[in-house]
Amino acid sequence: MFSFELLLEAILFGVLLGCFYAAVSIGLSVSFGLLDVPHIAHPAILVFGSYCTYLLGRYGLDPIIAGIVLMPPFFLLGMAVYRFYYETFEKRGTDTGVRGLAFFFGLALVIEVGLILAFGVDQRMVEADYIGKSLVIGETRIPWRLLVAFGVAVVLTAGLTLYLSRTFTGRAIKAVAQDEPALRLMGANPVRIKQWAFGIATAVTALAGAMLIIVGPVDPSLDRIYIGRTFCVVVLAGLGSMTGTVAAGLILGISESIVLTQFGASWAPAVAFGLLLVVLGIRPQGLFGR
Amino acid sequence: MTTRGAGFWIGAAVAIGLAGVAAGVIKNEYFFFAAYPILMYVVLSTAWNILGGYAGYVNFGTAAFFGLGAYTSVALIQSTGAPLAVQIFGAAAMSGLLGFGTGLLTLRLRGIFFSIATVAVIFIMETLFINWRYVGGATGLQLLRPAPIWPFESYIKMLFVVMAVIVVAAVAVARYIENSWIGRGLHAVRDSEEAAECSGVPTLKLKVFACTISGALMGAAGAPMPMYLSFIEPASTFNLNYSIGALASAIIGGTAHWLGPVMGALLLTSLQQYATVNISNEMNVLVVGVLLVVFVVAAPDGILGLLRKLKRAK
Amino acid sequence: MSDALLQVNGVSKHFGGFAALSEVSIEVRQGERFGLIGPNGSGKTTLINCVSGSLHNEAGSITFAGEEISRLPAYQRTRRGIARSFQIPRPFSSMSVLENLVVPLEFVVHRRSLHQTNTSEEAMAILKTIGLADKADTPSNRLSQVELRKMELARAMAARPRLLISDEAMAGLSSNEVAEVLGILFKLNETGITIIMIEHIMQAVMRFSQRVVCLDAGRIICEGTPEAIVKNGDVQKAYLGA
Repeated sequence: MFSFELLLEAILFGVLLGCFYAAVSIGLSVSFGLLDVPHIAHPAILVFGSYCTYLLGRYGLDPIIAGIVLMPPFFLLGMAVYRFYYETFEKRGTDTGVRGLAFFFGLALVIEVGLILAFGVDQRMVEADYIGKSLVIGETRIPWRLLVAFGVAVVLTAGLTLYLSRTFTGRAIKAVAQDEPALRLMGANPVRIKQWAFGIATAVTALAGAMLIIVGPVDPSLDRIYIGRTFCVVVLAGLGSMTGTVAAGLILGISESIVLTQFGASWAPAVAFGLLLVVLGIRPQGLFGR
Repeated sequence: MTTRGAGFWIGAAVAIGLAGVAAGVIKNEYFFFAAYPILMYVVLSTAWNILGGYAGYVNFGTAAFFGLGAYTSVALIQSTGAPLAVQIFGAAAMSGLLGFGTGLLTLRLRGIFFSIATVAVIFIMETLFINWRYVGGATGLQLLRPAPIWPFESYIKMLFVVMAVIVVAAVAVARYIENSWIGRGLHAVRDSEEAAECSGVPTLKLKVFACTISGALMGAAGAPMPMYLSFIEPASTFNLNYSIGALASAIIGGTAHWLGPVMGALLLTSLQQYATVNISNEMNVLVVGVLLVVFVVAAPDGILGLLRKLKRAK
Repeated sequence: MSDALLQVNGVSKHFGGFAALSEVSIEVRQGERFGLIGPNGSGKTTLINCVSGSLHNEAGSITFAGEEISRLPAYQRTRRGIARSFQIPRPFSSMSVLENLVVPLEFVVHRRSLHQTNTSEEAMAILKTIGLADKADTPSNRLSQVELRKMELARAMAARPRLLISDEAMAGLSSNEVAEVLGILFKLNETGITIIMIEHIMQAVMRFSQRVVCLDAGRIICEGTPEAIVKNGDVQKAYLGA
């Protein structure tokens, strides 16, 4: 039975979910979209961030605070990972495609299994004042945790977009994505800029990981379906476009929400992957691709 | 036929002969239960290497082709009670078709887009079969093994020998491609696709061909699986672990030559069996992940490459 | 018109908002030695990429030997007789020098043969003319920059083209080596191969070309004999700035 109210509600949830998906993917928009790193371990680091948030939560730290606290160490982690990737693969040139991809795949695997060994396969969640309660508007109940995640997502996405377009380092990052040789000629060191950018992308992902565990319980294998969601958003957006990431996130969120309400939970996970294949087949440069 | 060619076929005949003798002589059924997955991964990694090693396009979706092969078998069993041979060819055809379609859709794009698309195919296949009740849906299907064909005493022994034959077939295909103009074209694609195009290599056609053959062989490897387990259900059939095993075996063994995936699969799968039984299932995946990273970083040419360096040092 | 081997008509190519080529039209006659010059970023390599098929032009047409080729993939253009070397060498790094040349021999020249033809001998012959015969079995990832550039040219020659595009093949070579490569290109031209040369080494372009076209910011700013080009004010401005 088709209900207009149900559809509106699905769209509303889709918008909240979509902004969350955008925030979860925006780190990948930088690391893969701008820096061209085959970062298939991005979702694994996202889930790792969730588990770190959970750990800090056990010491009483509110998840959002935990997420912010995790940003500096994740920033350093990101810089280290990029540096290692660059020294081992990008520099050498031959066969980098396969090896780089296999490296990140292996890394994702090690993170996932590490999490299983440390925390077991059961789901983990965090507790906070806003988790468990809902905002009631008329007939609609919106869980507060979704609103909180939405709010943080908006701030995070807007912050990163502004950083890339307004600050000197941010613009250097965009420049290195477009024309590395020119940047080199201007005296800037592209490797250091890329390293910094990857660090920022990873730090952002830490906070996104905190939101992930706010929105719902996590388990170590969650990274697998998020490969679909994050890459769908980044490819649909057009590589490197921050505004595109928001638009693509919204499209995915609303699509998933509608499919969930109309067809049920058994079809919803395929939406991201299906949308990804459609985009690759019809318009691989995405909405705002370079 | 050159002496090298004759050598290969003699070796192949010996391998199948050994498998047959083992089936006759070894009484312990558990041996065949344990050995079957090892042979299966030899096929999967050999098939993976045709696209991954020769052409340089990383397929993360082995589980999709493998799973589609398994479910094709089930559909054939449910609908027509088809014998194993028909199941295998049917599975190869369906997975080959999937390889063709996926390849045509995404191989004109950069390598990483193809790789991400292959992940998508796994999930989509899984979702499709979760929702298809005829072959069991989400809860799965129990299957009854028919009587084994003479001279085999048990169905598992028969599956073991059948898989040995599929191994030989897969390796023969890979070896033929590797030594032919197709293999040379694929290597050119891997080294520099743009230069290959400008040297007259029909890069898209060759890539799609490799993807099709690779998919077909993976489907063939999946066909006997439902009978091996007497059970099928989507989550475990489309498990990413099949993709991981195929990819890691090929890279660890060495992607330049067909012997690499064979060695890699034999060693890695045996190691995995040992780890699963004696330590834990998680530890086995951790071992694979760590070995994969170590080899990709430190020994990119795999075990074959290390052996070659040792030979040169002597 | 009838002896024009390559006709480029109103070809445009954009990258995002950036116009790499704006309505470029050139004509190269059969057997001609054609020079293409212009400052860095003027669109020379983009134009060559559109001709060889590595890129597809958005507007305009490209005709080769009377056939419209704009929609053809690169490998079919190579099979019809267009070969090119790359400005930054792209060797098949897992193969030896000889094996690098066997690829075009196998996929262009001998693609219709059903049985094994001895491509190695043909490849060796080409290597001898370019002076790389002693490096035949060297893995191509161990070559020096100069040797790589020579191999690039040899590989393009191995495709037995009707039109050979040499994209800065002489960059970084000593004056002796430049003379050597120039000699090879002259000899190729004598056998009837049309040659387009992109170079920054002005003496080479001027000595070699019968006609020269100068590009700047994606447009043709001058066309004529080498002597006329050198004296042209716009060309001087383009290279030296205002």
